[in-house]
Amino acid sequence: MNVLLASHINSLLASFILLTAFGLVVQRRMNALLHLFAWQGFFLAVSTAIVGYLGGAHDLYISSVLTLAIKVALLPYILHRLIVKLKIHKEVETVVNIPATMLMGIVLVIFSYHLTAPIRELSTLVTRSTLAVALATVMLGFLMMITRKHAVTQIIGFLAMENGLLFAATSATYGMPLVVELGVALDLLIAAFIFGMFFFHISTTFDSLDVDQMARLKEED
Amino acid sequence: MSIDPFIIEILQVAALLIVAPVFTGWIKMVKCWFQGRTSPSLFQPWRDILKLFSKDVTLAENASWIFRFTPYLVFGISVMAGGIIPILSMDLPLSATADVIALVALFSIARFFTALAGMDIGTAFGGMGASREMTIASLAEPAMLMAVFAVSLVGKSTSLSQMAIVISEGHSLLRPSLVFALLAFILITLAETGRIPVDNPATHLELTMIHEAMILEYSGRHLALIEWASMMKLFLFAVLGIASFVPWGIPRNGELFSVAIALLVLLFKLAGIGVVLVLIETGLAKMRIFRITEFLGSAFLFATIGMMSYFMLE
Repeated sequence: MNVLLASHINSLLASFILLTAFGLVVQRRMNALLHLFAWQGFFLAVSTAIVGYLGGAHDLYISSVLTLAIKVALLPYILHRLIVKLKIHKEVETVVNIPATMLMGIVLVIFSYHLTAPIRELSTLVTRSTLAVALATVMLGFLMMITRKHAVTQIIGFLAMENGLLFAATSATYGMPLVVELGVALDLLIAAFIFGMFFFHISTTFDSLDVDQMARLKEED
Repeated sequence: MSIDPFIIEILQVAALLIVAPVFTGWIKMVKCWFQGRTSPSLFQPWRDILKLFSKDVTLAENASWIFRFTPYLVFGISVMAGGIIPILSMDLPLSATADVIALVALFSIARFFTALAGMDIGTAFGGMGASREMTIASLAEPAMLMAVFAVSLVGKSTSLSQMAIVISEGHSLLRPSLVFALLAFILITLAETGRIPVDNPATHLELTMIHEAMILEYSGRHLALIEWASMMKLFLFAVLGIASFVPWGIPRNGELFSVAIALLVLLFKLAGIGVVLVLIETGLAKMRIFRITEFLGSAFLFATIGMMSYFMLE
């Protein structure tokens, strides 16, 4: 596999990651959200492995396997169990309607392209062009956390943001040190357990996972 | 031996006129196979058209010239579009006169007149169909133009022949911009040609029809022309997709041998497109009309991502 072909495939994977990020923002059903999230993790894992091959940074293979194990298998599985347990697979409420969210997403992508343009000029890595996509993925995850009311979808948005950050790290500097990545992976796993417990408490207290309900938490005056 | 480009132009239009109903027949045939039914012959659409031509025209009393003029206009535009898109050769005299943006405009003229004709008689269905058609068109056209821009960025021109030449030279299947433009193009084709998730070409159920509602009052040769034109429109979108995404097999100039090969390759690709279309149509149910905003919104999104990924990733 020559370098040119590998970098072409990497660009294609980057665009698929962007596509799944958009998919997460506009998808209504909970199960489909989880599938999209798993796909995003999969594309990210393959892309990480390719970047590892391109840059000769072999510890990226470990990071790729970690991504595959945690973000493609384990986290979606845990979230799926939560969804089944809390019986919340129906349609997700959004604050803004879907086509408007799409347009906002497009604006965010243009913004992040503009923002990363100077870095692109300075960098010499093969993967420098995917940095804009990485930043856009972070922004779209952020948009998802803002436009959704449901706690579980907000968590998926958060995890998608983390995907974007990992992608940014691999495309800007050929990955973070392995220790850091191991730490982040462990953190994510623990976060997922804590989220699970939180969801459980929120839903037992309010009979719903809609975070708007939390406005009721303030003291009476 | 080289053929004159003008003769190729005539050959192309002839191919369009003859093959388009057969292509529609092929789609119906594959669909019947998929649903376990016995299919009508491949040439059934041809028989329908010929039968309609031999029948008398019944005109409503208050039909104006627009109503009588529209079938010829729509038919003429389809034939003209067949001269612009490179189907059998990239060296076309007409291709230089109109680029892909003009092609989109031509299609929208045809749609505009069909909508006018739908309202001209004054029946409720015609008006309803026209209003729905224009709603869909207003969403599909920006997406179509964005997809066209994404492809013409890669092809470095808006002239269809030029685009096809540039794209057939590069190993372009891996380009993100083309992948997304293709996705957008498929969604737009489904909407523009009235296929299943948006409109059902086989229905005459009052509340669900869109294109059929507009042409409900047509009969005889007028109906034949309109039906023929809508078959040609499907064919034209298929060859437009071939010319902009998989142009391999279309010869650069009009060698007799390579034109013959091009015709065979074209039939082969069309057969493949027919199968894909049937897979989409049998796999999906018709959408609620208010979901079409999201359907075409995502087409717009794909096209825009395609255009942006040209700048970001290539």
